[in-house]
Amino acid sequence: MLRELKEGLAAGASAEEVVSAIFEKIKRSRLNAYNCLSEESALERAKNFDKKPWGGLLAGVPIAIKSSISTKGIETNCSSRILSGYIPPYDAHVIERLKEEGAIIIGKTNMDEFAMGTSTETSCLGPTRNPWDTDRVPGGSSGGSAAAVAAGEAPAALGSDTGGSIRCPASFCGIVGIKPTYGLVSRYGLVSYANSLEQIGPLALTVEDAALVLDVIAGHDPRDSTSAEQDRVFLPHTERYLPSLTNGVKGLTLGVPEEYFGEGVDPEVEKAVWDAISKLEDLGAAWKMVSLPHTKYALAAYYIIAMSEASSNLARFDGLRYGLRLGADQDWHTTFSEIRAAGFGPEVKRRILLGTYALSAGYYGRYYLKALKVRTLIKEDFERALSAGGADLLVTPTMPFPAFKIGERIEDPLSLYMADVFTVPINLAGVPAISVPCGFAGGLPIGLQIIGRHFDEASILRAAKAYEDATPYHEAVPKEVV
Amino acid sequence: MAEKDVIIGLEVHVQLNRLRSKLFCGCSTDYHASDPNTHTCPVCLGLPGTLPVVNRRAVEYAIRVALALNCDIQGETLFYRKNYYYPDLPKAFQITQYDFPLGLGGSILIKGEDGEEKKIRITRVHMEEDPGRLVHAGTIDRAKYSMVDYNRCGMSLLEVVTEPDLRSPKEARSFLDKLRNILEYLDVFDGDLEGAMRIDSNISLTGGERAEVKNISSHKGVEKALAYEITRQRSARRRGVAQVQETRHYDELRGITVSIRTKEEAHDYRYFPEPDLVPMRIADWVPKVEAELPELPDAKRERFVAQYAIADDHARSLTSEIRVANFYEVVAKRAPPRLAAVWIADVLKGELNYRDVTIDRFSSHQMVEILDMIEKGKITEKAAVEVIRTILDHSGDPSVVDPVAVVEAKGLARAEDDAVKAAVRAAVEESAQAVADYRAGNEKAINFIVGVVMKKTRGRADPGEANRLVKEALDGI
Ligand SMILES: [Zn+2]
Repeated sequence: MLRELKEGLAAGASAEEVVSAIFEKIKRSRLNAYNCLSEESALERAKNFDKKPWGGLLAGVPIAIKSSISTKGIETNCSSRILSGYIPPYDAHVIERLKEEGAIIIGKTNMDEFAMGTSTETSCLGPTRNPWDTDRVPGGSSGGSAAAVAAGEAPAALGSDTGGSIRCPASFCGIVGIKPTYGLVSRYGLVSYANSLEQIGPLALTVEDAALVLDVIAGHDPRDSTSAEQDRVFLPHTERYLPSLTNGVKGLTLGVPEEYFGEGVDPEVEKAVWDAISKLEDLGAAWKMVSLPHTKYALAAYYIIAMSEASSNLARFDGLRYGLRLGADQDWHTTFSEIRAAGFGPEVKRRILLGTYALSAGYYGRYYLKALKVRTLIKEDFERALSAGGADLLVTPTMPFPAFKIGERIEDPLSLYMADVFTVPINLAGVPAISVPCGFAGGLPIGLQIIGRHFDEASILRAAKAYEDATPYHEAVPKEVV
Repeated sequence: MAEKDVIIGLEVHVQLNRLRSKLFCGCSTDYHASDPNTHTCPVCLGLPGTLPVVNRRAVEYAIRVALALNCDIQGETLFYRKNYYYPDLPKAFQITQYDFPLGLGGSILIKGEDGEEKKIRITRVHMEEDPGRLVHAGTIDRAKYSMVDYNRCGMSLLEVVTEPDLRSPKEARSFLDKLRNILEYLDVFDGDLEGAMRIDSNISLTGGERAEVKNISSHKGVEKALAYEITRQRSARRRGVAQVQETRHYDELRGITVSIRTKEEAHDYRYFPEPDLVPMRIADWVPKVEAELPELPDAKRERFVAQYAIADDHARSLTSEIRVANFYEVVAKRAPPRLAAVWIADVLKGELNYRDVTIDRFSSHQMVEILDMIEKGKITEKAAVEVIRTILDHSGDPSVVDPVAVVEAKGLARAEDDAVKAAVRAAVEESAQAVADYRAGNEKAINFIVGVVMKKTRGRADPGEANRLVKEALDGI
């Protein structure tokens, strides 16, 4: 779809009209997908493009950005009160890349506060609604990005994925989302929730669109020490992933992890995923059952690591240099304590407290160190399953169930954490994964998760594209599209 | 005095201020003469989303220091986060090292209280970032508000931790002087810059708990702070009050230490490995850094004794500062090395210390000229000292640069024999009483007459020579 948009713009269609139409749609929308629009700068850039079109992989293409990714001059509040009014003086690496390739930033999308959630309900600006059923959540934490793309309020968007935050909303909203290999995309400018787990990635309507955006944002960045160097020297204007899309699935062996089916999984979801496996088999892939035996420890390890890192990352928000201020200042200790008390929502506070506890003297070995050991075991599970002679890719449900109702789980954090059971192991292992639409249950989209080896995004995209070409699910349009 | 029951260990924070950029960002380190918050960027301000990138040169410098302190360099080293809230710490954690520090188990040789060489063991050397600086509007307890300057934030620090091997404030001072000397030899450190060296000290009396004294802001302040703390602990012990494990703050203005927290109130810093940085395999860096290591003070001292045939004390004095050592070597190439050693170590250094200035105020060329005049008997030693003082006291005055011109302008040239003889004759004539005393057997009376000679020649006469001539004149009459 981005290809058609690009071709249209190249043939003389007006970027200003495209951008204006999107803003009109956003303003009519009931979804609450955005928490901040950059209408003025976007329209100006579109007008300039119309006057003197530029080149680039995303020349003239409007794009939405999750509110946790720093944009120079555009508020970046992570849907948290404590960062209200914070306007970064610099662009994240991925934003620089998007701009270099000609894209137009249209606004910042709603999210769970500091990406802590699975439903976009913890946003201080209220929940985003699922375009397939506005009583339901869009998934999270990149729920605003997913809802915007699904509803046509953005041609494509960036999200970030710490434990499923791109794949979950992609699955709930019936679109494509990629969590790249840890280290493929620079995190410079992404407001940290759990540094060792998260990656920025694309949300888009099709596999091809997602691959194109990934081409733009992937590559080494010396400002991120965890950004991979080997063979990733950034070459401007090159398409690395797009060419791999046409290769089909013949010769690929799919692994189906036994731990990802059965108890807790909605039968309709399970059936849709098995149908997808059959479809891929029809297309020429082989498949076999595999085991990821440490899966049952993944959630506990994930939440300990994520909350521990978060408790340290979020300590800097004290209102001293930027963000929320309250009334008259008192002594420093009182002032920053009150700002933090008023600025963070309950879920963020819960995770800061739990993370602080897990890192405390006497508990560090019992919790954090142990979680790191589990993480190593989980990584080894994936390496074994995806070793030479094993499977090339793994296929699983993205989420155990389709989108739930707003308010249904928010009061019960544990049941909400359980929803991440199939997405967090991928972050712990650092491997790449995609979610693509694979059917519907009661009118709600279901996502198929395809997982690959480290830095083998090409194989994932190739299988996803073959599957997409053979199925109609990505063409379905949600009710709420006006 | 050596105090057998005193146990001191030091934690020294050294700013690697000869680096051009900060530890984790590209900001310039040249902020000392700048306005507050002008040497900052999103990274050292800890803005959301920014990430640290290790300055490889800083790691090289740190390895250089650890090697010079005879430490074992660890094969792999990594950074940790030390979490605590303070307004000068914009990320609310300091990136530092914890397990797997850069260097372990080193030592430094100092001259102990008994004059003998003494080995002070070094526990560890690790890297960390400097926090910013708080500026209070008024005194710390009265200030209505405080301001933060982040220029310093993110500067490379080395923490050097010793074993409790020091026995007196004086030994602590010698250790710090030697450490500073080594750091300057390595060209990683300028001790004259504000905040270059900051010291925390653990101090106890045998059988007692230790107090950690923080905030000693210079190697000069350490003797005062420790002496105060020893006296305080001794008098508490005499009064039967047991020392508890505590942290004390050194108040430089008042010269006292004040308890700020006890062991029970100790911080839990929740150390964990910094996830934004990757472990560094530094084992491979060591050979190159080692090969480029300059000659260090102890080795230079031995070489000076062997090469220039000078006394060990002179060699120690000359090598106790890299600039003085380099100065000496230049002079020794063009003047008799032993004479140069005496004049630089005993005279010039004293005059510099007295004026609290560095040797940069004096040129090797000036020293060579002065030594040349002494050697050729053109000036007396007394006159030579006068020349050195004159030049130092007129630093910056272009007309007072050339020692020969100074000798001329001040009439300091050694008097010709005739002039001295004339002065002797006149002095004997004028000093009837002294002459009579001398004749009556009071040998000391001659000193008075020599004094008159010196006055008449305005010090240009050699006192020994004048003495001989006066005696000759008196005995010959
Ligand atoms: Zn900086």
